[in-house]
Amino acid sequence: MYKIVAKEKLCPVVDFMKIEAPEVAQKAKAGQFVVVRVDEVGERIPLTLADWDATGGTVTLVAMQVGTTTYKLAALNTGDHILDLIGPLGLPSEIESFGTVICVGGGVGVAPIYPVARALKQARNKVITIMGARSKDLLFWEDRLRSVSDELIVTTDDGSYARKGVVTEPLKEILEKNKQVSRVIAIGPAIMMKFCSLTTKPFGVHTIVSLNSIMVDGTGMCGCCRVSVNDVTKFVCVDGPEFDGHQVDWDIVFNRQRIYCDEERQSLERWKAHKCQHS
Amino acid sequence: MPRQTPKARAKNFNEVALGYTHDMALQEANRCIQCPKRPCVEGCPVNVDIPEFIKALRDKDMPEAVRILKGKNALPGICGRVCPQETQCEEVCTLSKKGAPIAIGRLERYVADWEREHSTELPPSPNQQPSTGKKVAVIGSGPAGLTCAADLAKFGHAVTIFEALHTAGGVLMYGIPEFRMPKAIVQGEVDYVRSLGIEIRLDSVMGKLATVDELLEGKYDALFLGTGAGLPMFLNIPGENLNGVYSANEFLTRVNLMKAYLFPEYDTPIKIGKKVAVIGGGNVAMDAARCALRLGADEVYIIYRRSRVEMPARHEEVENAEEEGIIFKLLTNPKRFIGNDQGWITAVECYEMELGEPDASGRRRPIIKKDSEFTIDVDVAIVALGTTPNPLISSTTKGLETKQNGTVIADEESGKTVKDKVWAGGDIVTGAATVISAMGAGKRAAASIDEYLKRK
Repeated sequence: MYKIVAKEKLCPVVDFMKIEAPEVAQKAKAGQFVVVRVDEVGERIPLTLADWDATGGTVTLVAMQVGTTTYKLAALNTGDHILDLIGPLGLPSEIESFGTVICVGGGVGVAPIYPVARALKQARNKVITIMGARSKDLLFWEDRLRSVSDELIVTTDDGSYARKGVVTEPLKEILEKNKQVSRVIAIGPAIMMKFCSLTTKPFGVHTIVSLNSIMVDGTGMCGCCRVSVNDVTKFVCVDGPEFDGHQVDWDIVFNRQRIYCDEERQSLERWKAHKCQHS
Repeated sequence: MPRQTPKARAKNFNEVALGYTHDMALQEANRCIQCPKRPCVEGCPVNVDIPEFIKALRDKDMPEAVRILKGKNALPGICGRVCPQETQCEEVCTLSKKGAPIAIGRLERYVADWEREHSTELPPSPNQQPSTGKKVAVIGSGPAGLTCAADLAKFGHAVTIFEALHTAGGVLMYGIPEFRMPKAIVQGEVDYVRSLGIEIRLDSVMGKLATVDELLEGKYDALFLGTGAGLPMFLNIPGENLNGVYSANEFLTRVNLMKAYLFPEYDTPIKIGKKVAVIGGGNVAMDAARCALRLGADEVYIIYRRSRVEMPARHEEVENAEEEGIIFKLLTNPKRFIGNDQGWITAVECYEMELGEPDASGRRRPIIKKDSEFTIDVDVAIVALGTTPNPLISSTTKGLETKQNGTVIADEESGKTVKDKVWAGGDIVTGAATVISAMGAGKRAAASIDEYLKRK
């Protein structure tokens, strides 16, 4: 059992949770993820670490409510427990002194890009961060990202806050202006990561994306999370989650995300109905 | 032994074999001639005192039968169900020269099930020795790890098992289906191992949470690796990443560990195919095919590239599958998986095969028949080609030697690896094998570790 020691809503559909997991917190590195199972009947889902505190013995997760597990997480409060938390899993981000790097965080991907940007900053890179959301009420952690970035650009699709548009627009402008950019790291919805990769491709800038595939065990056992990278099948859980965005076969990524669309809807509807009955 | 009828069992996940009644067990036990040569004991990888427990059974001294059985085997309810007795204790039974051998596995199962049903009459755990103050880490809570840990605890050592998944039992929980290995029985035997004073730490992925060296630098005097062979092999043919194509590991883990067969009561979904192809001819392929059928498939095919005689699955499991209506496409090998524009599998294209000269495994090599391609329409395919060890430990441990296939090199008898204080056993050493051979390896390693700790 893993205790939730702090919880808050970052926006109506995104929850922040600090969870007691001292051993995981000791070992965690930027780019890694954990697998959580909320309760006895729960599914195992991967969540990329948004932060951790080795001395305090906690890990921080930020989850958007999309399916049964994330709705269950959102319904828990400080003091409640989740049944299982397994990690740290996956390979850590490559952190070196690259020079100038651009970190792109989209939607809930703003959370996992934060520790990556922080680590890159600590490694003496010039960090330019672009964060984006559909609208103002879905934005969070602007201050946090500003604190680890040399430059921060915020976009909203509808223009309700800061710059109107999507993250690939400022990304392209920076690459056109600044020939010194040696690396781009993009974390967010798959479609955003695909378009970030397409944007950087003509500039020949190495681009890393963090894939959030469906997983079961998260340790290389099932192969559910497989993806084709440069025509070779890789497992996101043990070979990733970060890959070269220019080499990822995005069609397979999109297809495999949709495997359980119908079942996910059915499960969530059932959970919501059950929740109503008991509240 | 009574079993559910094929028609009934193809629609449920309840155990297929129903077990002996008391009278049946006594009748079978009475057939044992208690021969002085005791070949069955030699035939058992963990050397259970088979004639003795059978004698206690027919003397109707059940607690004594349990005590004898558990003296050598911490997991009798499991072994009574999934051991290939026909190639071990029963094969060498003196009676087998003239007719049917004693059904040792079924008697073992009867005794183990009796104990579970009469747990208030539990005999005290056998021969536990006083604490030695030595600490051993066991990585993996499958058959090898559980057996090794149980023996080490009996020798008086303090044992901690680290398990990566959220449930102990390894392949017994995630791999072997409920209808062949009820999870309550695994749970019961894991609880017994716990009752010996062993700590089982779940959710602990070693190699990530801590390395072998960190464990040894910390508080452990010795370490046993029993992490199994958990990495699925794929065919590496076109279309393998289509939706609806599973590894057997994923399919079985969803069904068994995550209880997807009870979806939506349980949250983990599984795609229920109408027409399902399972590729492979081992026990895992049979398990996957029979699960697919029970989930509600109309047609389930086993696609296997050699012929019936080369099939590595236990005869009993092939027979069970056949009785339930699984369709065997032998001498058939997939060429590619075909999908629709939504990325879902719609068919598997296959070659017909014929057998040539024997290959390195001693079995006749399957050869593609020219221009023999044909397709089978399916909406789910399950690849059950076998598994290899997970590199999570070997890749994070200095000084551990592995073969090209990922297996860890260890002394066959003692399980000792070339690395100081580290032993290994089970599928991580042999590649995918049987529950009982893993248990035998765990047992031998425990004896070797005990000897080492006593010398220290």
